[in-house]
Amino acid sequence: MRRSVVVAMIAAPLALLYASLFVGRFTVAPAEVARILWSNVYPIAHDWPASVETIVMQIRLPRAVLAMFVGAGLAASGSAYQGMFRNPLVSPDILGVTAASAFGAAVALLLSRNALELQVVAFTFGLAGVFFTYLLARVYRATPVLMLVLSGVIVAAFFSALLSGAKYVADPESKLPAITYWLLGSLNAASTRSLAMALPPIIAGSAGLMFLRWQLNVLAMGDDEARSLGVRTEALKAGVIVCTTLITAASVSVCGIVGWVGLVIPHLGRMLVGPDHRALLPMSFCIGATYLLFIDDVARTATVGEIPLGILTALIGAPFFAYLLRKTRGTWQ
Amino acid sequence: MAVGEPLIEVRGAAFKYGERTVFASIDLDIFTGEVLTILGPNGCGKSTLLRCIGGALRLAEGTVRMGNDDLSTLDPGARARRIGFLFQDHTPTFPFTVLDVTVMGRTPHMSIFGMPSPRDTALAEEALDTVGIRHLKNRPYTELSGGERQLVLLSRTLAQQPDAILLDEPTSHLDMRNQVLCLKTIGALAALGRPMIMTTHDPNHAFLYPGRVALMKPDGSLLTGPASDVITNATLSMIYGTDIGVFSVARRAGPGEFKFCSPWQ
Repeated sequence: MRRSVVVAMIAAPLALLYASLFVGRFTVAPAEVARILWSNVYPIAHDWPASVETIVMQIRLPRAVLAMFVGAGLAASGSAYQGMFRNPLVSPDILGVTAASAFGAAVALLLSRNALELQVVAFTFGLAGVFFTYLLARVYRATPVLMLVLSGVIVAAFFSALLSGAKYVADPESKLPAITYWLLGSLNAASTRSLAMALPPIIAGSAGLMFLRWQLNVLAMGDDEARSLGVRTEALKAGVIVCTTLITAASVSVCGIVGWVGLVIPHLGRMLVGPDHRALLPMSFCIGATYLLFIDDVARTATVGEIPLGILTALIGAPFFAYLLRKTRGTWQ
Repeated sequence: MAVGEPLIEVRGAAFKYGERTVFASIDLDIFTGEVLTILGPNGCGKSTLLRCIGGALRLAEGTVRMGNDDLSTLDPGARARRIGFLFQDHTPTFPFTVLDVTVMGRTPHMSIFGMPSPRDTALAEEALDTVGIRHLKNRPYTELSGGERQLVLLSRTLAQQPDAILLDEPTSHLDMRNQVLCLKTIGALAALGRPMIMTTHDPNHAFLYPGRVALMKPDGSLLTGPASDVITNATLSMIYGTDIGVFSVARRAGPGEFKFCSPWQ
């Protein structure tokens, strides 16, 4: 990768993170944001109201950081899965993690659990769903990718049906809107506590994928070829599945279903740096962070209320990617 | 040819798919620097035998030894450092560059979290030079012709630096010019010291660059020897189940005769 690309790739999300702290319904001057941030590192005189610090440090910062890591994690997961499944149409929810997490969240909402309990339940269901898929796909001590995809379809269909069942029995006055709204995805419940819950799995999963990114290149050539080059394909696939599942389950459990990012950002990454996962994974990670942070900024500032993320990711993303698709005539190059 | 200690010894090899015996009690020696062609009709089990030698499939009976090692007991990395394997041509999904594909040959020399070092890249470029395709270095692998892709895979296997190279139908999808180019390259690389063991369903390939031939008979046994001894009207007609004639003409260049075969009526 050229150095200028690397600098832009890292600078873009950080610049947007800074901007995200002063835009919003309550405007804070950029210089004041800088002083507030600095005061948390180095003791300086507080010449701003405590409420402003609360908005910046307790509300906007956790939310922006969460948006970045969710976007980054989903985009990196999508890149890894597209390589592993050797198919550019694959997204991180292919093994049923999203459907299972969503059902877990719906159950928590039905039982009127608090946000933290919901997060735990949704995360656990997500992991369990993928575990079922993996067991279902295992034949003769191997997990062929076709078996994985088909098993994922089955598990996702099963949990989708359960989710529909949960909606059907939900109280249409209170519970049903809560479930529906939650499924559309939002980061407005982000707090330092949800951050503390979601970040460790997302960071651990992303780090795992980064370590495995050369092996992913070899795996993208085919299982037989990878094996002949000394790759332990079954262990590698299991490792990639664990990493992406940690990321996706944590993302869904903290902000609902954010579609589209994991499917399309990898294509944008490949346009910029090619298919080599050594460059593609870090690039997808950074673009994903920038993209979802931008979408979330629009979600909370465009209208008086909040616009659900699931609507905006595609509503803003679709025209942009339609333009790229036409311009590159489907080659994404 | 065929002198001294064999590099690879196959002893009493048998393989079964379920109840069906593909081959049984096969003995085969492979020597340094030779091209060994495993010949047989489609579906006779030659690819299966090749995969068993390479350790991709497990033998039902018998052993494949390389020096003091039983290849089936080596871990995947150690095996890949000793045996290189070229699979039948396929187009991958993503347009990796030729250099990236070649560097992948260095994977068995890295740890699971490893990345290629500058030395790995240098070895890959050296391999591209050896095969004579350095000019393709930055081209997307997916946009090459079938013949060029085979040469890239050969480079990758050279970068892998194994002790022996197995090739599964390396010429099956190539036109005549590329078949000759590919076989010529395989012969030249074998002459550098690494044995090349390849399967083919076309006996003419064994005549083009003569080496040893192992003919797989319908009962799953092998008939091994120099090409001109093993490939005859009788043996070909037997294994392919149709009348095949072996013909010889004067060589266009140099003395002696050139043999070829064809279905014959």
